[in-house]
Amino acid sequence: MLSIKDLKASVEGKQILNGLNLEVKPGEVHAIMGPNGSGKSTLASVLAGREEYEVEGGAVNFLGKDLLDMSPEDRARAGMFLAFQYPVEIPGVSNANFLKTAVNEVRKSRSLAPYDSKEFLKIMKEKMALVEMDKAMTQRSVNEGFSGGEKKRNEIFQMAMLEPTLAILDETDSGLDIDALRIVSNGVNALRDGNRSFIVITHYQRLLDYIVPDFVHVLYKGRIVKSGTKDLALELEEKGYDWIKEEVAVGA
Amino acid sequence: MSTITKYQTASTAFVQEAEVFADLYGKDHPTLAAIRKQAMVAFSNRGIPTMKHEEWKYVNLTSIAQTDYRTASPADSQKLSKSDAEQYRFAGKDAILCVIENGKLNVAASTMSSIPAGVRIGSIDDFSNDADVMSHLFTHASFEEEAMVALNTMLCYSPIIIKVDAKVKCDTVIQLIFATVPGVDPLLIPARVLVVAGEQSEFTVVESYHTVGAGALTFNNVVSEVVVGKAARVHYSKIQVEGDEAQHINYHKVNMARDSYQHLTTLTLGGAIVRNNLNIRLDDEQVNAYLNGLYVLNQKQVIDNHTLVDHAMPNCYSNELYKGIIGDQAQGVFNGKIWVREDAQKTNAYQSNKNLLLSNQASMNTKPQLEIYADDVKCSHGATTGQLDDEALFYLRARGIGETVARSLLNHAFAADVIEQVENEALRESLMQLLDVKLSALQIET
Repeated sequence: MLSIKDLKASVEGKQILNGLNLEVKPGEVHAIMGPNGSGKSTLASVLAGREEYEVEGGAVNFLGKDLLDMSPEDRARAGMFLAFQYPVEIPGVSNANFLKTAVNEVRKSRSLAPYDSKEFLKIMKEKMALVEMDKAMTQRSVNEGFSGGEKKRNEIFQMAMLEPTLAILDETDSGLDIDALRIVSNGVNALRDGNRSFIVITHYQRLLDYIVPDFVHVLYKGRIVKSGTKDLALELEEKGYDWIKEEVAVGA
Repeated sequence: MSTITKYQTASTAFVQEAEVFADLYGKDHPTLAAIRKQAMVAFSNRGIPTMKHEEWKYVNLTSIAQTDYRTASPADSQKLSKSDAEQYRFAGKDAILCVIENGKLNVAASTMSSIPAGVRIGSIDDFSNDADVMSHLFTHASFEEEAMVALNTMLCYSPIIIKVDAKVKCDTVIQLIFATVPGVDPLLIPARVLVVAGEQSEFTVVESYHTVGAGALTFNNVVSEVVVGKAARVHYSKIQVEGDEAQHINYHKVNMARDSYQHLTTLTLGGAIVRNNLNIRLDDEQVNAYLNGLYVLNQKQVIDNHTLVDHAMPNCYSNELYKGIIGDQAQGVFNGKIWVREDAQKTNAYQSNKNLLLSNQASMNTKPQLEIYADDVKCSHGATTGQLDDEALFYLRARGIGETVARSLLNHAFAADVIEQVENEALRESLMQLLDVKLSALQIET
């Protein structure tokens, strides 16, 4: 589904990704961990199509298409979803109106008829339950005045509405208390259906107790330097990253 | 010919025209004839303002000075019909539509059958026996201080007058449709409005400005005077959607009596040069004045909003919110003055001007001016000029919303809160539609 080959990317002239490789198949959950500054969020940003990130080399194939050639909206329409680390506040645009526009733009790109208000409300109600979101939040401006937990729940709610093929969660657990973490994780797990894939970027093993990954990768200096199962996450939690850094140093 | 000579020549021509007009139409109303004479003197002394004038430094009136205008005359024939007027209906099917075609009431095109009791709308002839109305006519906007008010005062022979009696609450919106019909020659239209709100009355007035068809240049020179009686509540909107070539200068003077309330919204979407001069005088205690503006500009449009909120008495509240979206090579000006006079203790006055620039060539000059002579007041002002939030744009696009729609959503969100404050629902919806049509035009060009 997603194939990243030798991806190199920089931001503001500084190279962050140095030849990253990753294969994601349908239904798989990949966790990406790594110390601060290793390139985790850069990977998410490059995949979502942020313009300030310059791709210097490599290739990304998503569902048979050259992802790097696509605009951010076309990536979303093709089925990619990025849950933002810092969701943006948009005063004056209601959550419901925003989502209706988004869902219908995505449907339009797939030659599907737009949902009318009644259908949309019904679907919205169903998905709101997934993240224990109340109706008032859909009437408010997008993320405006939301708490950290509410913002992250809103990301998962949007993901549920857009039903992506591949979801990238960029440090969705950062700043969440244990209750919010449970709600967010339950929302994600409810969307695991054997076909939908996830890339879960996180700093902490804690999230992976809730969202159990098939694979865990360690990102360091812009490359994946170690891959394993969920046990690797536990090992990292216990021992930190220093032993990985040493391994890399020895290997080099 | 030097610029100054052009301005002088044009000014002299206007005065000569006024003299001819006075002979033709001025005989019926001797008190007004006297005022017009004074206005002619004032205009002769001041002339058309040049950019050297501090208050006019961003608006170039050379095209007005250079153009050989014919002044619209009460004797001109009119051609618009009721069906023409219907397309400008902004406040629901019940609204009263008064069509003012090239400055003069066009009764045939107007829909005035449903005017409720206690509300009167008409021209001078309909009010010549109403001493109250006649005492207000031509007296509030100062022709001594403003040349363009003087120009209007000396040339205007067909003001439109609205009077709402004391304690009358009129739910039917009164819409004044100012339809400019360009002709073969450049046309100066001295339009004038007087609104007298009786004590404890409440109603909504809309002034809308349109260009119907194409032709030579037009210049609307408008003066509106609104007298808000004790405890009256007046909701007022000025909708400027004239054509690309239109020139428009207007003075809007509001006098507010004790316990009164007024909410004024100015929406500017059309016109080549638009200059709005708003002067709101809070003339007694416990007055609430809201003053909102929204301008969305493209191509080479120039909009200059000059506002003055004049706190003359204690314990009053004013709140001013002006927002602009400026694209292409358009220019915006906001000059917002709050004047708190010595007696106006316990004044609360707030002002905000926010702008979005959509292109590198677009410009905005904003100047808040607070002059405070009382010592126990709360006043604040703020001005921002920036660009569309790139993060918000990316966020929307990352959800599958195309760039054009995303920009439009964000522009709409920026502008909408000005219109959301308009009380009448049908009017509010019409204004939102006008806004969205203009916003989508911006998208195509960028």
